[in-house]
Amino acid sequence: MNLAIIVMLPFVGALFPMLVSHKPRWVSTALAAATTTISLALLLSLAPQTLNGLIPSYAVDWLPSLGLSFSFRLDGLSLLFAGLILGIGLLIVIYAHYYLSTKDDAGRFFSCLLLFMGSMLGIVTADNLILLWLFWELTSVSSFLLIGYWFHQSNARRGARMALAITGAGGLALLAGILLIGNIAGSYQLDAVFAAADTIRAHSLYLPALILVLLGAFTKSAQFPFQFWLPHAMAAPTPVSAYLHSATMVKAGIFLMARLYPVLGGTPEWFTIVTLTGLATMLFGAYFALFKTDLKGLLAFSTISHLGLITMLLGLGSPAALLAALFHILNHATFKAGLFMIAGIIDHETGSRDLRKLSGLRKFMPYTMVLAVITSASMAGIPLFNGFLSKEMFLMESYQQHLFGGLSWLVPVLATVGAMLSVAYSIRFVHGVFFDKAAENLPKTPHEPPLMMRVPVIILAGLCIAVGIAPMLFVADILTPALAAVSPAPMEINISIWHGFNMALLMSVLAIVGGIGIYANRADLLSFNRQFDHHDAKEVFARIVKSVTNFSDALMNRIETGSLQRYIAALLILTVVFVIPELYNIEQLTGGREQLPINVVSLTGAVIVILAAIGTAAFHHQRLTSLMMLSVVGLMVSLTFVHFSAPDLALTQLVVEVVSIILMILALFFMPQRIPRASSGGRVARDILLAGFVGGIVGTLNYALLTRPANSISDFFLENSVSGGGGTNVVNVILVDFRGFDTLGEITVLAIAAAGIHKLLNNLRPFMPSSDVDGRPWHRVKHPLLVQTVSQAILPLALMVSVYIFLRGHNLPGGGFIAGLITASAMILQYMANGVDWVKHRFNYNYQTLAAVGVMIALFTGVGSWFFGHNFLTSWFTHVDWPIVGEFEIATAILFDLGVYLTVIGATLMILANFGQMTTRHRPRQEKH
Amino acid sequence: MEALYAITVGMLTACSIYLILRGRSFPIVIGITMLSYAVNLFLFSTGRLVLNQLPIIGNQESYTDPLPQALVLTAIVIGFAMTAYSIILAVRVRGELGTDEVNDPSPVDDEGQR
Repeated sequence: MNLAIIVMLPFVGALFPMLVSHKPRWVSTALAAATTTISLALLLSLAPQTLNGLIPSYAVDWLPSLGLSFSFRLDGLSLLFAGLILGIGLLIVIYAHYYLSTKDDAGRFFSCLLLFMGSMLGIVTADNLILLWLFWELTSVSSFLLIGYWFHQSNARRGARMALAITGAGGLALLAGILLIGNIAGSYQLDAVFAAADTIRAHSLYLPALILVLLGAFTKSAQFPFQFWLPHAMAAPTPVSAYLHSATMVKAGIFLMARLYPVLGGTPEWFTIVTLTGLATMLFGAYFALFKTDLKGLLAFSTISHLGLITMLLGLGSPAALLAALFHILNHATFKAGLFMIAGIIDHETGSRDLRKLSGLRKFMPYTMVLAVITSASMAGIPLFNGFLSKEMFLMESYQQHLFGGLSWLVPVLATVGAMLSVAYSIRFVHGVFFDKAAENLPKTPHEPPLMMRVPVIILAGLCIAVGIAPMLFVADILTPALAAVSPAPMEINISIWHGFNMALLMSVLAIVGGIGIYANRADLLSFNRQFDHHDAKEVFARIVKSVTNFSDALMNRIETGSLQRYIAALLILTVVFVIPELYNIEQLTGGREQLPINVVSLTGAVIVILAAIGTAAFHHQRLTSLMMLSVVGLMVSLTFVHFSAPDLALTQLVVEVVSIILMILALFFMPQRIPRASSGGRVARDILLAGFVGGIVGTLNYALLTRPANSISDFFLENSVSGGGGTNVVNVILVDFRGFDTLGEITVLAIAAAGIHKLLNNLRPFMPSSDVDGRPWHRVKHPLLVQTVSQAILPLALMVSVYIFLRGHNLPGGGFIAGLITASAMILQYMANGVDWVKHRFNYNYQTLAAVGVMIALFTGVGSWFFGHNFLTSWFTHVDWPIVGEFEIATAILFDLGVYLTVIGATLMILANFGQMTTRHRPRQEKH
Repeated sequence: MEALYAITVGMLTACSIYLILRGRSFPIVIGITMLSYAVNLFLFSTGRLVLNQLPIIGNQESYTDPLPQALVLTAIVIGFAMTAYSIILAVRVRGELGTDEVNDPSPVDDEGQR
C-alpha cells in the first residue's frame, strides 16, 4: 500500500501548489517540498526490505480484461531510480524556490514538477508494462508543460512541442512494442514477462518488438538520431533542465532498457543496435558540446554524450558493464544536476549564460567556482571523484569486449576519444567561466547567490567526492539489488579506486592528457569545425512538421469539403459497394415461400404510392405541393398496414401522419418561399443514379426477404399473451409487457427529443414574412368561424374516442401511443382553429411536466413490481366483476400504458404548441429575398 | 404481391434518397420522413405479407407475426420525434444563418453549392 502512496502522493500534491498560487511563494514551495519529503520518507521506510533482497509490491486490478493492473514493485532498480527522482527532486524544489523570479507563477511550476515527479515514480515502480507505458506518456505530457513553462517565449513553446512530438511518437512505438511483448508472454506483469524471456527472445516477432521498444527508449533518452530535441528543451527554466536532464526524463529511456534487459537483452541484435547507438551518441554529443557557446547547451550535449555512454554499457551487457551503467546513472545524476544548477546560478547572478561573454568569475563567485570545479572534475572523470570510477569501469569494459571480431579494437579507441572530448568540455566549462580576465558588460554585476540556492549544489558536490573516495561504503548496498534486478548473472560488487596499472588506467590518463590537449588547441578545432555547414535540427524538424501538416490539410480539404451532399453521397456509395457483392452471392432471388396474388386494389394502391413518391421528389421546389404528395404517401402506407393485418400500425401511422404534416406546414412558414438556384443537370443525373441504385438494392433485398419462409420467435408472444400478459392484442402486450423496457426507453427518447426541440426554440428569431412571396398579405381572418365551431365540437368527441382507444388497447387495436396521439391532434386542432391565446386561457398546462410525469409513471410502474419481489416491469392482472359492465380486467400494464399516453401527449404538444407559438409571440417582419 | 410490395419500398427509398441529396433543408426533411416510411415498411415486411390474420388472440387459427409490428409501432413514433427535431433544427438554422442551405457557406468547389 505504501508503495502506491509513494507514487500517487505527488499526483495528489500537484493540486495544492496550484490552489495556493496567490499566497506567498514559500507556501507553494513548502507544499511541494513536504509532498516530496513524505514520499521520500515512505520510500526509505520500504528500502530496507529491498536492500535485503525482497521485492515489496502492491497490486490492484484495473482493467483485467486488457491485462492492465494497478501494480507496483520496488526492486533494486526501482529503488535506485526512485531514490534519485525523489532525492534530487527535493533539492530541485529548494533550488527552484530561489531561482524563479517574482514574475513567475511558482504554483504552476511546482504543480507541473510534482506531476512529472509522480509520473517518473510510476515508470520506475510499475509492475505492469501497460501501466509503465501510461506513466511514460504522462512524463511526456508533464515534461511538455515544464519545458514550455515560460510559454510567452516562442523558443520555449517550440522546444516543448518538439520534445512532446519526439517523445510522444517514441511512446507510441513503445506501446506497440509492449503489446507485442505482452502478446508473446501472455501477460503484461513483469514477473510473467521475465519468466517468458527465453520464449520472447526466440519468437519471430522478437526483432520488431525490440526495435519498437528501443525506439521508445532512444527518443526519450535523446539517443542518436533522436538527440536533437534535448538541446532545444534547454529553453526550460534551469531547475527543470537540472531535473529532467540529469536524473529523470532522459533517464527514463535508460531505465526502460535496464528494466527490459533481462527480457530483450543479451542477443546479437540487442548488442549491435544498442552498443552502436550508444557509441555514436556519445561521440556526437561530446564533439558538439565543445562548440556550444551557451552554458546550458554545453551541458545538454554533454548529457547526450553521457546518456550514450550508459546506453553503450547496457548494450555490452556483461554483468560488469551493467554494473558500470547503473553506477554511472547514479554518478551522472549527481554531477549533472549540480552542473545545471551552477549554470542556473551563473545565469541568475550575471544575467548571461553565453560562454563568449562570461569569464573570470572566480573573483566574484569563489564558492560557486569550487563547486563547479568539483562537479566538472567528476564529469571529466578525474580520480577521487565519482565520475572517475564509473568512467574507468566503462573504459575497462570497452576494452574487454570482443564482440566485433577483428574490429573490436575500435570500440576502446573511440571510447577513449569520447572520454578525451568529455575532459575537454569539462575544462571549458570551468576555465571559460571562472578563469581568464574578468568579464565586462554583463547584464548584472556578478555576486554569490543566496546560501540556500547553493546548498543543493553543495550536497550534490559532497556526494561526488564521498562516492568518489569511498564507493563501497556509499553505493555498494544500493547497487547490489539494482544489479540483481537487471543482470541475469549474479556478481559480487567490488568498486575500488586503484586497480593497479592496467589498460583502463592508461586510457584514463590518455583521456585526461588528450582532453587538456584538445582544450588547449580549441581554436584550431573551432576553425576546423566551421568548414562544415551545420544543419540546425530545429529547421529540419520544422520542415518535416510543416510538410506533414500541409499534407494533412490538403487531405482534409479533399475529404471535408463542407458539403453535406457529398458526405451523404460518399456514405451511400460505400454502402452500395459493400452490399453488391453480398447480393451477387445470393444464388436465387426468389425464395420458396408461397406468394400472394396481386389484386386490383393493391395494384392501384402501389401505383398511387409510387406516383406520389415520384411527385414528392420531382416537385421539391414547390414545397407545399411536395408536402401534399408526401402526405399521400403516408396515408397510403397507413392503408398498407391495414391491408396486411396490422391495425395498430395503421392507426398510429394515420395519426402521426396528421401531426407531422401539420408540423411541416408550420415550418414551411419560416422557410424561404422561393429557391433561387436549381441543381445542375450533372448533379441531378448523379443523384438519380445513386438513388436508383440504393432503391434497387433495398427493393431487391426486400423481395428476397419476402419470398423466403419466416422463422420467428413470436410464437412465444402469441402463446403467452393472454396467460402471461392478460391481453389479447399481442402487439400492445409486447409493447407494454414483454418488451416494456424497450418502450420505457422509447418514450424517454421521445421526451428528450421534445425537450431538445423546446430548447432549440428558445430565443429563436425566425424569419417571419408578413406577406407571401408575391407581396400578397396573409388572410385577415386568422381563425375562421366554421373551423372554430367544428373544432370545439370535435374536442370532447375526440377525447372520448381516445379514452376508448386507450382502454381497449390491451385487447383490441389501440393503446397508449395511439390514444395519446389522438388527444394531441385534437388539442392541436384547437390551437389551429382558435389560436394560442384562446387555448392558454382555457388550458394553461405545462406540457414539459406532462411528459415528465408520463415517463415517471411508466418508470414507477416498473419499479413497483420490485415491492412484490418481482423483476422490473413484471405485470400483474386480475379480473373483477363490474356491475352492469360485466367482467373487467385490471392489469398493471394499463398503468404503464397511461405513462406512455401522457408522455406522447406531453411530447407532441410540447413540440407543436411551442412551435406554433412562434408565429404569435414576435411581430412579423418582411422577409428579405 | 410480394414483388409489388418490394418495388414500392424500393421506389420510396429511391425518391427519399434523391430528396436527401438535395442542398436545402426542407427537401431533406421530407426525404428523411419518406425514408422512414420506406424503412418502416421494410421492417414490417420481415413478418412477411399476411392477409386477414390480425395479431389479436381470438377465434382464428393462425396469426401474423406481432413482433415486427410492435417494433415498427415504436419506430413510427420515434421517427416522428426525429422528423420534428430535424424540421425544428432546420427552422433554427434558417433563423440563425438566414439561409436554408445545408452546405458550408464557403465550400471549396462549386459542387457543394446546391
